Amino acid sequence: MGHNLKRKLILALLVTLASLYLATLVYAQGTTPGYPTDNDVNQIAKKLYCPVCPNTPLDVCETQACKDWRGQIRDQLSEGWTEQQVIDYFVAQYGERVLAEPQRKGFTSLVWLFPVIAALLGLWISYEILKGWRAKKQVTIPIVENSQISPEVLAKIEEEIRKLN
Amino acid sequence: MIADIGLIALTIAFLFSVYATVASAYGGWRNRSKWVESARNASLLVFPLLTVSVLAIVYSLITLDFSLAYVYDVSSQAMSPFLRVTALWGGQDGSVLFWAWLMAGFVVIVLLRKWERDRELMPYVIATSMLTTAFFVGLVLFITNPFQHLWYQYGAPDAIKAVFQPANTTLYIPQDGGGLNPLLRHFGMIGHPPTTYIGFTGFIIPFAYAIAALITGKSRGDEWIRTTRRWTLVAWIFLSIGLILGGRWAYDVLGWGGFWGWDPIENAMLMPWLTGTAFLHSVMMTEKRGMMKKWNMVLIILTYSLSLFGTFITRTGVISSVHAFSKSALGPAFFTFIGLTFIGSIYLLYWRWDTLETEHSLESFVSRETVFVLQNMLFLAITFAVFWGTVFPLISELVTGTKITVGPPYFKSVTGPLFFVELLLMGIAPLFAWRKQTVKNLGKAIWQPFAGSLVVSIGWGYLHRMHPMSIIGLWLVAFVVFCILAEFWKGVKARTSSKGENPIQALIHLIGRNHRRYGGYFIHLGVILIALGFIGDSYFKQETQGTVTAGERLVIGNYQMRFDGLRGYPGSDGREIVEANLTLFKDGKEVRSLQPRRDYFVVQEQPVTVPGVYSTAGKDVYIMLLDWEVSDIDQQATFKIYINSLINWVWIGGFVMIFGTIIAAWSSPKQLETTYVLKPGMSTSLPAVQEV
Repeated sequence: MGHNLKRKLILALLVTLASLYLATLVYAQGTTPGYPTDNDVNQIAKKLYCPVCPNTPLDVCETQACKDWRGQIRDQLSEGWTEQQVIDYFVAQYGERVLAEPQRKGFTSLVWLFPVIAALLGLWISYEILKGWRAKKQVTIPIVENSQISPEVLAKIEEEIRKLN
Repeated sequence: MIADIGLIALTIAFLFSVYATVASAYGGWRNRSKWVESARNASLLVFPLLTVSVLAIVYSLITLDFSLAYVYDVSSQAMSPFLRVTALWGGQDGSVLFWAWLMAGFVVIVLLRKWERDRELMPYVIATSMLTTAFFVGLVLFITNPFQHLWYQYGAPDAIKAVFQPANTTLYIPQDGGGLNPLLRHFGMIGHPPTTYIGFTGFIIPFAYAIAALITGKSRGDEWIRTTRRWTLVAWIFLSIGLILGGRWAYDVLGWGGFWGWDPIENAMLMPWLTGTAFLHSVMMTEKRGMMKKWNMVLIILTYSLSLFGTFITRTGVISSVHAFSKSALGPAFFTFIGLTFIGSIYLLYWRWDTLETEHSLESFVSRETVFVLQNMLFLAITFAVFWGTVFPLISELVTGTKITVGPPYFKSVTGPLFFVELLLMGIAPLFAWRKQTVKNLGKAIWQPFAGSLVVSIGWGYLHRMHPMSIIGLWLVAFVVFCILAEFWKGVKARTSSKGENPIQALIHLIGRNHRRYGGYFIHLGVILIALGFIGDSYFKQETQGTVTAGERLVIGNYQMRFDGLRGYPGSDGREIVEANLTLFKDGKEVRSLQPRRDYFVVQEQPVTVPGVYSTAGKDVYIMLLDWEVSDIDQQATFKIYINSLINWVWIGGFVMIFGTIIAAWSSPKQLETTYVLKPGMSTSLPAVQEV
């Protein structure tokens, strides 16, 4: 009984500590002077792609539109939005294409799945090939068709090569 | 006038290349040497004819003949003569012509050097390479003709582009042209595109030989591999240099502080490089052990198709990218040609499948053969991952209608582990003997590099303990480097003790005696140094951005940057420059003053960011001027600072690779041509005396 109580106490203590820690984090984030800085904005912009320019991450895109979008992220952060909220907002507004990292769900998950399947398939094929070679009888396919060189001469050449080695 | 001569030469070149294709194929099929010789002569003429075309364009670019639409698009009064010449490959029309010209040049070299040697293969070598040339010359002539003029029709909003005068129009000659895309106005323009194109087109020669070997049934023997071996290596190193120069250019010009962004165009270049690298290795298996003949064929066919695919992606804008300057009618033509040649090649391969049987059996799973098969398979897996990620946005849009982006996080996390294993195999492969290897001997060979690498990576990693994952990467680099050095060490030791040479002599003789092997090790060393650059980029990169007034400082790591002021002045090529004056401090001590700039190209209304870089072997401090505000009282500017750790090792690694390739491709008459392995266990123990 006493043992159980002790466990509960420790658990309670841990939960309190954890929530305190979290609270500090949130608090710290909310009141850091200058928050959100350019770096806070870039941290998120890095994970997004410019919705209009071809293949340009939002954090390095130099068009006016992108500057405005970064400004928007800054405003959202200063209103207390979390990173996930900002990203979700951009996806809802401009579509999946703004995500630098393709999602792992729906049809898009295939982009992640196929390379893994391909690698495993490749491993299996390698094994099959090696196994095939292992089982193979040593046969020498004549390299030159209709060779003018007689078997005796060929044997001699082979012998010479062997000596050289 | 000059342009007309160019157009006529281009037209004749097209007719000749079509003729050469047909005549050589017919001559080969019917055994008519007259036809083959005639085809050869026609092929030899295509190159000078295309040279005339190229010179006509270059002349028009330099003299600013704005009656040509192409000159109007890519050249301008403000551009220096140097840039006007590079504008040849600065736009779509010119670059396709440039491609065809290089291709035709390679065919000439082959015909002059190998005509006597490979008589039987030659008809189909000509047919295959000239078919490709004809396709490209045809593209130039019919779709992306750089000799088109601008025609003005009364009342029409835009001028019409056409070679010949359409009805009711007059020739329109603008006063000045648009000029090159500002991002292309860089010294790198002289290096990256030509080397890349040489790499792409260079791989077509081994492909042509492979196809000739399949058609003639010579695929049974390996002659075509021996003939094209050095050729392949040269094409490969050019493609490698092209990749590295492209990275350097991106780093200097594109203004995002990195050198590799997994952009579709970069991927399009990387894919033929990957399969080409696999091919370079699989042919070794054929030479040494008579194995992997089918692989060679598959790999060279893939490399050819991917080279075309790379050109296709770059030139057609099918996958939107910063590089694809325009959408064009090239797409369907390319798509058809790539499809047909791919299917044709695969059919030939299927037809000759039985001639490509492996000659020997595998004696043990613990052998270099196994490592080779695995590394080849990995190259293919990486190629697939890159291909899949590059085309998936298209597939997604076609299937679900949703546009998505596949960015660097995908490529890093998917290819990262595969590259890791690949590099590991690169390090240990030389420790495996051909045919079979006892685990005990392997352990003996491996433990020293392994122990050494552990010590180094733990020590090194301790300095970077905030990035625990990096330790694995650093271990890999150390391990592979030690494995390679151990190979040199063993060879030198064997020579010093058996021949009494001093270590330097021994090293030189060692390399001279077996330059392909040791050249290869140097190339491996270069590759692992480049990997080090990628590790730095992945794990140790730092960045910060901030706005400061004159006199204030920005801090990143142990560096401080003081903003001293701005100045503006007009620059060359029609640009307005705003330059920031900065002083960089390291640990409080002044190290350097830097001047990052923002060049604004007035006509194109496009800014280009030129970073200020403080570069050392360990890291670059890379500063960009992003924005500024000047008032009567003070100046304010926004900067972004990157610390790019280890990035210089990418360029250093590139030089080591070039050095290694020169050694490996060096011809030495004394070298014994046959390097067939007949006895087990001979290649690792005594490398110095192994082959002679």
